[in-house]
Amino acid sequence: MDKIEAKNVDFYYGDFHALKGINITIPNNQVVAFIGPSGCGKSTFLRLFNRMNDLIPGTRLTGEILIDGQNIYDKSIDIDTLRRNVGMVFQRPNPFPKSIFENVAYGLCVNGIKDKEFIAHRVETALKGAALWNEVKDKLKESAYALSGGQQQRLCIARAMAVEPSVLLMDEPASALDPISTAKIEELICELSEQTTVIIVTHSMQQAARVSNKTAFFYLGEMVEYDDTKKIFTHPAKEATQNYITGRFG
Amino acid sequence: MKKWIDIIAKRVFTVSGFVTSIVIVLIIAFLFAEAIGLFSQPIVEEGYVLALNKQNQVKDLSALEIKEIFDEEITNWNQVGGSDTQISVFRLEDLDKIYTEAELGDEYQFAGDKIVEQVSSDPGMIAFVPESLVEGRTELNYIDDNTIPVGDVLLGAEWFPTATPSPIFGILPLISGTIWVSFFAILFALPFGLAVSIFLAEVANPRVSKILKPIIELLNGIPSVVYGFFGLAVIVPLLQRTFNLPVGESGLAGSIVLAIMALPTIITVAEDAMRNCPRTMREASLALGASKWQTIYKVVVPYSISGITSGVVLGIGRAIGETMAVLMVTGNAAVIPTSILEPLRTIPATIAAELGEAPAGGAHYQSLFLLGVILFFITLFINSCVEVVSARNRLKR
Repeated sequence: MDKIEAKNVDFYYGDFHALKGINITIPNNQVVAFIGPSGCGKSTFLRLFNRMNDLIPGTRLTGEILIDGQNIYDKSIDIDTLRRNVGMVFQRPNPFPKSIFENVAYGLCVNGIKDKEFIAHRVETALKGAALWNEVKDKLKESAYALSGGQQQRLCIARAMAVEPSVLLMDEPASALDPISTAKIEELICELSEQTTVIIVTHSMQQAARVSNKTAFFYLGEMVEYDDTKKIFTHPAKEATQNYITGRFG
Repeated sequence: MKKWIDIIAKRVFTVSGFVTSIVIVLIIAFLFAEAIGLFSQPIVEEGYVLALNKQNQVKDLSALEIKEIFDEEITNWNQVGGSDTQISVFRLEDLDKIYTEAELGDEYQFAGDKIVEQVSSDPGMIAFVPESLVEGRTELNYIDDNTIPVGDVLLGAEWFPTATPSPIFGILPLISGTIWVSFFAILFALPFGLAVSIFLAEVANPRVSKILKPIIELLNGIPSVVYGFFGLAVIVPLLQRTFNLPVGESGLAGSIVLAIMALPTIITVAEDAMRNCPRTMREASLALGASKWQTIYKVVVPYSISGITSGVVLGIGRAIGETMAVLMVTGNAAVIPTSILEPLRTIPATIAAELGEAPAGGAHYQSLFLLGVILFFITLFINSCVEVVSARNRLKR
């Protein structure tokens, strides 16, 4: 079953035509990687799925993006509800200036959940899910800034997962981390796909190859090719894709 | 060549750094030296003595008691530890009323004898006379030439720096006036300042804040005397009518003017702090389904709390140190305020108003320096509180 469907998406920053006529379908509980050189529009596209681009003044969208069959740019859509359902992990770890516990509980608190036991249980589940529980269970009250970069990023994943979104967007989640932390995050991504649909933007082709089921290659605002990851990396249909993955440009 | 420039630059910076620091330290040392001088001044005006009848055993009188005796509020010696005798007050001017010019002599050469004669005739008499006239006269008793006690100054509730024969330097009314006015000023300025800075940083259309912000910053450049004038012309009559006061000049008028003056500082500093909150922090909050308002008060404000605090402190600093505007609208009554609607007087206003009439080197002059030192400590205290708070915040981060 298709989780997400984008139909004829065009996106503009003022006069700049950032995304050109993109069509894509993303199946449920899969990991989909967006690859492409810097400035090709893959991050912009990712941020359309939770309407993050709404925050940038002067942007415009045409076309439709459907999640579970519903157009998320419809007027009747409540943005806060949408964003609860579509979690996001950012390029740099960005924990709030609060304790570890409060960071993970934040999403629940802002959505009006007051039951303390329930919150504590959810926080524990989310931290375990992010493979962070054993490292932080004795210092939940301490500041999130006391953690290392890799731990902070896993905390951010736990924070996003605590509200149990059905889609998780990851914008280069490992680009600021060392190889060991990166390996942990990648492992996590594979596990997460059992519960949710993961879309990951990455600059590392190896990472895309390792974690994703399907890969989309973007170039100059267009989606050049979208297929099973194995096929993209072994027999790409387009020459541009071939050139990019073999490192001839980009 | 390059090396020489390096060496010269290093020397220049070292020297200027040293000189500036030393000058600052010297200024503070001068302030303290002048202020401490107050406590070695005699209670009774310099060059004068208080003479008593030989039978009178009272030796010590505080400045306040002396004032009350000469104001005829204390009328019997048993109120100040003496025997049950009616007090009669004798001033040098009284000499001319009792004796003719001839009796006193052309150059007052017989004045001393006449004073002794007067004081000896009345067991309850206290005479305030120049020391030179009664020098060496053992027929009389004298009040001890004590120095001004520290406790009477720091805990004294009355400020009469020009009272004769002994001025009273109780600084409590001035300290409480300063704190009272500043406290209410911050009480008014803080909610409005925060609201406006949140509006400018988070809510307003960028075009609106681009116009509003320079206007608010412009308010910072208006001289305080203009604010005082505005307060005197608008706020004072308004308060007088609204609260039906005998006079509109009051602590409330002062704190409103100060709040208006502190607002631009609080707004600009707090707004800058909130703008510095990283975009990804906001996005992370919104991406979890938080509303804009939740994002502001749960993420943006806590993140920029140290910047907001420093804005508030700068505002308080302005309020506490502000002189001119407060001088113009608070009514300047040196009494401990019991309500914000009463006239009161602040430390800076006192210094500004009285320094011109205080003879250099005298007790009054030194007491004003002492006020300066007290002000210095109040600001120091507030600044260190903020240091502690923001240091704790930094640790948390």
